[in-house]
Amino acid sequence: MKITRRHMLLLLPAAAIAWEYVRAGTPETSPNYQLSEHWWGMLIDLPKCIGCGNCVRACQAENDVPEGYFRTWVERYHVTDYDIEDPHVDSPDGGKKGFPPSKEAGGKNFFVPKLCNHCADSPCTQVCPVGATFISPDGVVLVDKTYCLGCRYCVQACPYGCRFINPQTMTAEKCTLCYHRITKGLITACCEVCPTGARQLADLKNPHDPIHEFLKTHNVQILKPSMATHAKVFYNDLDGSVR
Amino acid sequence: MMSGVEGFMYPNEVELQWSVLIVLYPFLTGLVAGAFILASLERVFQVQEVKPTYRLALLTALAFLMVAPLPLQLHLGHPERSYEMYLTPHKTSAMAMFGFVYLWYLMAVLVFEIWLDYRRDIVLLSQSTTGWKRLIYRLMTLGSSNISEHALEIDDRVGWIITLIGIPSAFLLHGYVGFIFGSVKANPWWSSPLMPVVFIFSAMVSGIAAVMLLYMLSTWFRKQTIDMRCVDTVARYLFYTFIIDFGLEMLDLVHRIYESDESFRSLDFMVHTKLYMSHIVVQIILGTVAPITLLALTQVLRLGEIARKRIYALAGCLTLVGIFAMRWNVVIGGQLFSKSFLGYTTYKMGLITREGLLVAVALTILPFLILWVLVKLLPPWPEKNPGSLPGTAPAH
Repeated sequence: MKITRRHMLLLLPAAAIAWEYVRAGTPETSPNYQLSEHWWGMLIDLPKCIGCGNCVRACQAENDVPEGYFRTWVERYHVTDYDIEDPHVDSPDGGKKGFPPSKEAGGKNFFVPKLCNHCADSPCTQVCPVGATFISPDGVVLVDKTYCLGCRYCVQACPYGCRFINPQTMTAEKCTLCYHRITKGLITACCEVCPTGARQLADLKNPHDPIHEFLKTHNVQILKPSMATHAKVFYNDLDGSVR
Repeated sequence: MMSGVEGFMYPNEVELQWSVLIVLYPFLTGLVAGAFILASLERVFQVQEVKPTYRLALLTALAFLMVAPLPLQLHLGHPERSYEMYLTPHKTSAMAMFGFVYLWYLMAVLVFEIWLDYRRDIVLLSQSTTGWKRLIYRLMTLGSSNISEHALEIDDRVGWIITLIGIPSAFLLHGYVGFIFGSVKANPWWSSPLMPVVFIFSAMVSGIAAVMLLYMLSTWFRKQTIDMRCVDTVARYLFYTFIIDFGLEMLDLVHRIYESDESFRSLDFMVHTKLYMSHIVVQIILGTVAPITLLALTQVLRLGEIARKRIYALAGCLTLVGIFAMRWNVVIGGQLFSKSFLGYTTYKMGLITREGLLVAVALTILPFLILWVLVKLLPPWPEKNPGSLPGTAPAH
C-alpha cells in the first residue's frame, strides 16, 4: 500500500496522540519517585458512575482481595422524595457484578463508589497499638503486614467500614490507592478501568493536576465530615442521604 | 457470608471483629479492679468489718489478673507479635498502653502487696513445711527471712502505701479499658466520655459481688460460720456502688434518648430487637434492678440471718450475670449495627473454634482454678493457718 501525502497528514496527528499516550503511561521508575512531591487523593464524580462494578473487579484482580471482602465497593442509593434520612441502599457482592434493575419506584437512584478515604487525620492510624498502619509522606494510609498484630482496633475505628482482616494473612487490609502503581507513575486499577472517568486519581500537591480546577468549579463534598478525619476522597455532587 | 444481615451493612462490616473473648477481657479486669478496691476498704479506709475478705480479695484479684490477657492473646491474628507493644508502642494508641498498665498493676501493685502482706506467713511456712512445698516457700521469701517486729512494721507501712497507689491504679486499669471503647468516635454505641466511669463503677460492683460470693462459698466449704457483720458491710457497699453505677448508666441512656442524634433510631431499634434479651431483660431487669431491689430490701427490712444470706447469694449471682451482660452488650452490641445506621448483622459464636464458646468457658473457669492453687499456697484464713509455727499469732 502506498502512503500518500494525504495519508501522512491523517496518520501523523494520530501517531502523535498515540505517542503522548505511550509516554504518559510509561512507568516512572520507583527510585525517581519523590515522596515529598505528592499528596494523593481521589475524585469521585458521582453523576458519571454507572454502577458497572469494573472498579471492584479490577481492584480484586490487581490486589488479590479475598472473596467476600472489599477494598472498594459500589453502593446504590434510592431516595424517595424528601425522606433523605432514610435512603434504601444495596450493594450486592459489593457491586462487583453490577446491579440488578431497581425494584424501587419513584424517587431517585444513584451509585456511590466507596474506598479508603486516606484521611489526613485517620482514626485507624491513631489507634494502631504498634504503628503498623501509618500515613506515608505522600498521603496514603498503608498497613505493614509484617508488623500488624491483627488486633482489629483499626477496623473498629474506621468510620467508613473500609478495613477488614485478611483471612489468609490475619492482618488488617484496605485500599492502598494501588501504591505499587502510583509510585511508578501509573494510576490506580479502579481509575484505569472506569469507563466513564467517574474515578480520578488526584495529586493534590501537583499544581497542574486538574483536580484543583475541578474543586474550584464544582460542589464537592467528603463523606461524614463530622468525623473530622480530613478525608481525601472527594465526591462531586454528593447527595445528603449518603453516609 | 451475607446471612444474618438486615437492611444495609457496609460489606466489610458483616463479620464481627471482636468476639466473646473480648467480652471476657473487660469482665475479668473488672473483677480484678473491683476486688482490689474492696481490699483497699480495709487497708486504707479502715473499714474493719470487711477484714475477713481482705486477703481473699487480693488473691481473687491476682487470679483473675493472671488470666485477663489470655483472651486478648487468643484473639490476636498474630499473637506471636504481641511483644511489639512493649518494644514499639504507638504513642497515640490507647491500646498500646495495655501492656504497661497491666504490668504495672500486676507487678508493682498486686504481687508486691500480696508478697508484703504474706511475707511473715511465707517465712513461717518455709520453716514449717517440707519437700517441694518448702522449696516453693523458700523461693517466695526472695531471700528475706527477717520477720522481726520492726521488719513487719515496715512491711505494713509499705503495704499501706502500695494500697494507696493501688486504688488509682485499679481505676486506671479499668477506666483505661473503658477508654479503649469510649474513644472510638466512629462508633456511637461506644463513643462516650462516661464509658470509663461506667466501667470503673461496674468493675467495683462485679468485684465486690464476686468476693462476697467467694467468701460465703469458701466459708461454707470450710464449714465455718459466716461473719455476718462482714457480709452485711460488703453487701451495703455493693448496694451503694450499684446505685451509682446504675445512675450513671441511666444518665447515659436518658441523654441518648433526649438528644436523639443521627445514630439514635438505629441503636434504639437494635436495643428493642437484637439486644432486647441481653440488654433489657438480662442486664437491666435481671442483672441490675433485681439485685438492687434485693439489696435494698436488706437495708430497709429487718431480715433474719438466713434470709439475708440467701438474698446476698442471689443478688451476688444476679449482679455477676448482669455485669457480664453489660460487657456483652457493649462489645457485641457495638458491632451489630452498621456505621451507615441502615442495617444490622448477627453475631455467630463458634463452639470449638479459637474464639468460641468452649474457650470462653475454659477461660472463665481458669481463674477459679488459679485461685484454688493460690488459696492452697497462701491460705487467706487467719484462724486455721496450717503453716503457722506453734505459739505464733496469725498475721491478720
